[in-house]
Amino acid sequence: MSDGVPGSAVLGAPVVPTGDGRPDGSDAPPVVVPRRRRRRLRLWIPLGVIAGYLVAGVIGPLIARYDPIATSVADRLLPPGSRMSDGGLALLGTDQVGRDLLPQIMQGARISLLVGAATLLLAGTVGAALGILCGYLGGVVDATVMRLADIQLAFPSILLAVFVAGVLGSSVTNVVLTLSITTWPIFARVARAQTLATRSRDFANAARTLGAGPWHVVRHCVLPAVASPLLVIATVQLGFVIVAEASLSFLSLGIPAGTPSWGTTIANGRDYLASAWWIATLPGLALAVFVVCVGVLGDELRDRSDPNLSTR
Amino acid sequence: MLRYALRRLAISVLVLFGAATVVFFAMRAVSGDPATAVLGPDADQAAVEALRREYGLDAPLPIQYVQFLRRAVTLDFGESFRLHDAATNLVLTHLSATAALALTAFAIALVLGFALGTLAATRPNGVLDRVVSVLSMLTQSLPTFWVGIMLILVFSRFLHLLPSSGAASPAAMIMPAVTLALPLLSVVLRLVRSGLLDVLHEDYVVTARAKGLSETRVVGWHAMRNMLIPVVTVAGLEFGSLLGGAVIVETVFAWPGVGRLMTDAIAARDYSVVQACVITVAVIFIVINLIVDLLYVRLDPRVRESV
Repeated sequence: MSDGVPGSAVLGAPVVPTGDGRPDGSDAPPVVVPRRRRRRLRLWIPLGVIAGYLVAGVIGPLIARYDPIATSVADRLLPPGSRMSDGGLALLGTDQVGRDLLPQIMQGARISLLVGAATLLLAGTVGAALGILCGYLGGVVDATVMRLADIQLAFPSILLAVFVAGVLGSSVTNVVLTLSITTWPIFARVARAQTLATRSRDFANAARTLGAGPWHVVRHCVLPAVASPLLVIATVQLGFVIVAEASLSFLSLGIPAGTPSWGTTIANGRDYLASAWWIATLPGLALAVFVVCVGVLGDELRDRSDPNLSTR
Repeated sequence: MLRYALRRLAISVLVLFGAATVVFFAMRAVSGDPATAVLGPDADQAAVEALRREYGLDAPLPIQYVQFLRRAVTLDFGESFRLHDAATNLVLTHLSATAALALTAFAIALVLGFALGTLAATRPNGVLDRVVSVLSMLTQSLPTFWVGIMLILVFSRFLHLLPSSGAASPAAMIMPAVTLALPLLSVVLRLVRSGLLDVLHEDYVVTARAKGLSETRVVGWHAMRNMLIPVVTVAGLEFGSLLGGAVIVETVFAWPGVGRLMTDAIAARDYSVVQACVITVAVIFIVINLIVDLLYVRLDPRVRESV
């Protein structure tokens, strides 16, 4: 926190993930090999699962067509593995108007990934640009922008998202906008801190002495230093953003009803919990597995890059 | 200390003012006309004008803004278009339900977090530690609303143990409170675990052990005291995030609190209620942050000297 609020010192240090590097001494040598293997697994398993979602989201809807307005009374609330009236197999069951759940979930993956990527791109770019600007220029710009970020972070982000989304109305673009508004300060803070740390390093001073302008220094000295922590933050935030999108859609403040997203499908399923548990359970499971994988990946990347980087 | 407190107070007031301003302009800039929303699209033009005049919506925006601020200071946010009651009254009647929920969740998170965190820290990398760490990962990343629905599915629909919604009986509180507590539980647990692990290597802990004190006393008294401050601080700051989580949990469990009032009011474009909700939550949030910050400075001698 820019104004040295003491709480931040606490927030920063101990929230370091449950990592293995605990100095419990004696048993260090024999466990080195499996530990390294486990760390590799922690990187590649989540990456593999995320790639799977990407494939399902991009290709899935092309193969298994999903028709948002088709209804079929005969196929209502079929349990997973049932035959539908047109002969197709409803692997994951059908919903309350007889639509196959699997294509719906794949469509949901597409929307979630799309919203996640677009939000991170927008919030990341804006946040990083503002953060670098503040860190490099300091002064009034810095004070104004960072105070704005403080004000915003001084408010529960999901509450802010609910408010902004409610005001903007529900559409895919507005969800991206809403979530970008709630996420940019995190990127700005990290970029600013990293810029402050790099700005006066020897190589930056050397470049300046050799006559390099601010633009050159930012591009060649500051940006490379800012990029990798931002990437880590982006990974950690991806999980939060996707859960936030699903939550907004669940509250019917996010993705509009015509486009199936995990959140809206879960909301539909809530009314049929007694008769059809699968409608709310399965999309949620898809969401949960994805978020957990992103979380593991984020923790792992953070451990690798800098154990002191906090997520807030 | 006094200077620091005053500075923090000034910042808090500024933040609150900022929040109020944003709420006012955001509500008016983008959303539809509330008079039309109340009377319906086919309403008589004269009736719409009359209603706009009655609620002061015909005045220029800057004047409305000043009016709004002046009333907000006296906790007057106008009347709900929808429920025909003062917005402040509505918020206050719903606030107790939210407070009960949040406090119960806070207690659950603290008690379980301390218990599990201590258990995990006493045998780092043991089986229990691994289980607890996976548990904390899950509770932190799983989407709250889905966890809530899954609890309803298991405990209400399948086992018929607990009521799925409402606030009619004390049992109705269990599921929403647990759901709300889970993300915070994971935070507390991690803090307790890492805090204990950090101090358990300190010389004074070794001394305490060397004196022949029981392990319970070493961990539960000597070590615990020194990691208590950061944990309590973060837990206090996180209390505010419970209020955010309450918006979702209250919707899932149909809990009659401020969060549900707010989402309903947003859907109905009920300006005054949304404003009252957002600003009330902001005030609570800011006051808690302020108190926790000052307490932290007060409790930790090292920080006290630096400000």
